[in-house]
Amino acid sequence: MALPPLPDEAIVLGSLAPDWRSAVAVAGAALTASGAARPGYSDEMIRMIDEHGPYVVIAPGLALAHARPDDQVISDGLAVVTLASPVSFGHPHNDPVRVIVGLAVESVGGHLDLIADIANVFNDQSRIGALADATRADDVRAIMGVGAGSGSGSSASAGGSASGSSAGGSASGSSAGGSASGSSSEGGS
Amino acid sequence: MKIVTICGVGIGSSGILKVNAERVLAKLDIEADVVAADLASVQSVADDAQVILTSAEFVDAIGPTFADVIVIVNHFDLTELTEKLERALG
Repeated sequence: MALPPLPDEAIVLGSLAPDWRSAVAVAGAALTASGAARPGYSDEMIRMIDEHGPYVVIAPGLALAHARPDDQVISDGLAVVTLASPVSFGHPHNDPVRVIVGLAVESVGGHLDLIADIANVFNDQSRIGALADATRADDVRAIMGVGAGSGSGSSASAGGSASGSSAGGSASGSSAGGSASGSSSEGGS
Repeated sequence: MKIVTICGVGIGSSGILKVNAERVLAKLDIEADVVAADLASVQSVADDAQVILTSAEFVDAIGPTFADVIVIVNHFDLTELTEKLERALG
């Protein structure tokens, strides 16, 4: 499993972001909170979409937001954001979007295993809906097949040593009850 | 045979397309070199490619090419990818 872990800081459930820009910014903030990216990474991700259009909406309901590997990236990282109300990116087929997967990679060369694992997760077409409906961070980790990483307070230094901590992918009770971060509103519309 | 997947950075959506195209091609028993690239390098990377896989947003920017440009809507739908690749290569 080459996917980086998903600490609670990298998961935001039921975000109230009202449009695609704020939704991508929430994903960027989650990557920053988990130590994968610097604060400027959000703007880089938004700029990619401004420049090239809504191509990041690569499947119905799902946006894979990312920017270039540059000095805004600290380490390979993932963030998952679900939206209380779906937003439109202006994609002709795959709107509206309920799930944003934020991605930061350190280098162009070293990321293919990670991308292959993202494909492994989402080639099962039920996963996007399952993520959108998730109410707990542990559910998200179980759907993505990753662990929470080394403890809770993994601050900005994270080092990138994805040691075998999360091999099982079962996301069993490692983090305690209060993990449904940011799920301020549930049940949509 | 060479197939190039294109997106803005050459990482995210083009990476997904590369990985899934390789899976489909293996299943179809077609041998091909699949390369993910960003839009800026398309002219150099794709000048000897038979097929370019990309999103609708990049078709105009790719510009004139001898390759078959195929637009993929759902990057995780191996059925869509299989049908479109079979049509282009068959």
